[in-house]
Amino acid sequence: MNFEFSEDQKLLKDQVRRFLDDKCASKDVRTVLDGAATYNESVWNGLKDMGLMGTAIPEEYGGSGAGYLELCVIAEELGRAVAPVPFSSSIYLAAETLLVAGTEEQKQAHLPKLAAGDKIATLAISEHSGRLDPSTLSLKASDGTLKGSKSPVVDGSIADLAIVVARTGPSPRDVSLYLVDLRQDAISRKTLDSIDPTRDLAEIAFNEASGELIGEPNRGWDVIEKVFDRGAVLFAFEQLGGAQKALESAVDYAKERYAFGRPIGSFQAVKHMLADMYVSAELARSNCYYGAWALSTDAPELAEAAATARVAATKAYQHCSKNNIQTHGGMGFTWEFDCHLHYRRSNLLALVIGSRSQWEDQLIDRLEARNAA
Amino acid sequence: MDFNDTPQEAAFRKEVRAWLDANAPTELKEPLESSGFGNTNVGDADIMEVSKAWQKKKADAGWACLQWPKEYGGRGATPIERVIWSQEEGVYAALSSVFLIGQGMCGPTMMAYASEEHKRHYLPKLASGEEIWCQLFSEPAGGSDLAGLRTKAEKDGDDWVINGQKIWTSGAHFSDYGILITRTDPTVPKHKGLTMFFLSMKSPGIEIRPIKQVNGQSGFNEVYFTDVRIPDHQRLGDVGEGWKVSLTTLMNERLSIGAGMPTGFPEMFELARSFETVDGPAIKDKALRSRLADWHVKTNGLKYSAARSISALSRGETPGPEASIGKLVAGTTMQDIAQAALDLQGLSGALTDPDHADAAARFQAMLLRSPATRVEGGTDEILRNIIAERVLGLPGDMRADKDVPFNEIPTGKAN
Repeated sequence: MNFEFSEDQKLLKDQVRRFLDDKCASKDVRTVLDGAATYNESVWNGLKDMGLMGTAIPEEYGGSGAGYLELCVIAEELGRAVAPVPFSSSIYLAAETLLVAGTEEQKQAHLPKLAAGDKIATLAISEHSGRLDPSTLSLKASDGTLKGSKSPVVDGSIADLAIVVARTGPSPRDVSLYLVDLRQDAISRKTLDSIDPTRDLAEIAFNEASGELIGEPNRGWDVIEKVFDRGAVLFAFEQLGGAQKALESAVDYAKERYAFGRPIGSFQAVKHMLADMYVSAELARSNCYYGAWALSTDAPELAEAAATARVAATKAYQHCSKNNIQTHGGMGFTWEFDCHLHYRRSNLLALVIGSRSQWEDQLIDRLEARNAA
Repeated sequence: MDFNDTPQEAAFRKEVRAWLDANAPTELKEPLESSGFGNTNVGDADIMEVSKAWQKKKADAGWACLQWPKEYGGRGATPIERVIWSQEEGVYAALSSVFLIGQGMCGPTMMAYASEEHKRHYLPKLASGEEIWCQLFSEPAGGSDLAGLRTKAEKDGDDWVINGQKIWTSGAHFSDYGILITRTDPTVPKHKGLTMFFLSMKSPGIEIRPIKQVNGQSGFNEVYFTDVRIPDHQRLGDVGEGWKVSLTTLMNERLSIGAGMPTGFPEMFELARSFETVDGPAIKDKALRSRLADWHVKTNGLKYSAARSISALSRGETPGPEASIGKLVAGTTMQDIAQAALDLQGLSGALTDPDHADAAARFQAMLLRSPATRVEGGTDEILRNIIAERVLGLPGDMRADKDVPFNEIPTGKAN
């Protein structure tokens, strides 16, 4: 049994960590937090120079074809660094959608640019408050023309391209996917305020914008479900990286901070809270590895493994980031300390591609399906 | 990343399977598979008899205590081979439960500290199940604070004379030998005045009383010592070094207990699927689904944490600290699951007769046994301390008894 990343994958991880420690430090995240930019372009360019966007994109489409295990270790490091870049939208979601459902021509046309990081793409689904479900979508498409609006769209103000889920028929699941160039006159965008200003959320209005169908008409949600399963594993690794960092930050502080004449980490109330954070991060790690195995081998267990990893990592990151603030006490509530960066990110990531309760529900569906089989 | 055996591992697994196919007590398979939580069902057979028979058969063929050296009754196998064996032994492993403490904890301690002569004399019979060993550590005043123990050992010629009381000794009533930690010097700080021995449980002056537990069973005992004599050559480690010796034993305890702890999730999932509530199948209930997801995440996380540990063994490395979380997670999860399962059953959930209660009263058994899981072999709180201090590197607790001679440490009324 070899349920562990390889030496080469660990080397890649170290390399990405060194780069992010250097170029994506707290001050670099804060340029976006403080509103000076919608994402950190120099971090993006650095990731681009390292060729990381193309990690799981096959060579014939301009990627390196290294694979999903490599993408997982990169995701963990991006999460750890709270990287303020549109990597997940462009790679885990948009590129994956093209890989899953694009025609050969569409893949050739778009993937090399995403793999090179020259273009940024995102997935536009949500229109309303509430659970992500095709029946709630009303943005319409007919004859390649889209009318309606999407909100919020992650990285919506940044992206050059969006894959838009549009209604194309009367039954609840009659939705189709369209690739839309966001730099056309029929598009207007507005950046929205959010709990995590280090990532961009926007409203996008499509006023008879033109788009190109991806995949079969009215079968868009099948594709989205597939992409979400794959993306769930990658997002879980980002969440795992964040959880691990929040835990480390709390542990470091508990060793340095003295109260009542002793390090606060010597008090059992604090110590046990930190031990529980460790346990949730460790359970998430093991579940994430299982998800990584399923993703990289395209195993039949992927749907179940992805949901398990997603739920575990969502909980772990929320748990570790909130208790990191708790460990820091009042200082944890200051803008100056970095605790809030993880608190914000953990609570944003808990909502993308479907919120935690939705994934819990899906997880049980999938366990039922396996037991019924 | 894969779950495949290396060629050597695959060859070993094949050999194990072939032997098990030819030798396993298949007549016990069915009752063993229907065993409830906390009890081993062997049908009409005598549990001790069939356990000893299976252990002897394994030992004769070289399949007992695989990781021990051959000269002490083992096989000299690698850690990964031991894991493969236990995966393949499957349901029959339940027949080893009476030997677990002896082979898992006493054996390694003897291996590390007994004389060569003693090792060659005692270990093979421990491995073959001919003799059963127990561990005499906990005391009424020394549980989590094990080093607070008071059982006295006083030198008298070439012997030591033991007086005092041990508690929570599993299997003392059917054990032949035991390892015993005692206080040999009460005038020095507590960790420094301890000494370890092994002794025959048939020694004059030993009285064993079973403890009736919350779940009605009596797996544990109180053991009283009145002027029990132990020859000095049965001392393990130097006088005053007993704490260090006990850490060898306890490390093995946590390793063996932490591996593959059940949480009750598969049973709970099955109950949720089959149970009809007035609103339909229980599994369609949103609130229950959320809790099921949580339990699944924990159970699956433990399963793949074990896979990570096994991978480390397979590479010839020592497993990482992820091995320490098993019991901590499994104990509370099982307790939660048991309560949720009873809740589903309504007042019928109170019934413990397997003929009346759902799922043959498995969840009631879990309810009544799980408090012990959270206490034995290190309480939840001690495990959190261990994780915090040894894994996360946090400072130790401030101790009121540090550097204080043992006989001057304050004690409360309950001690």
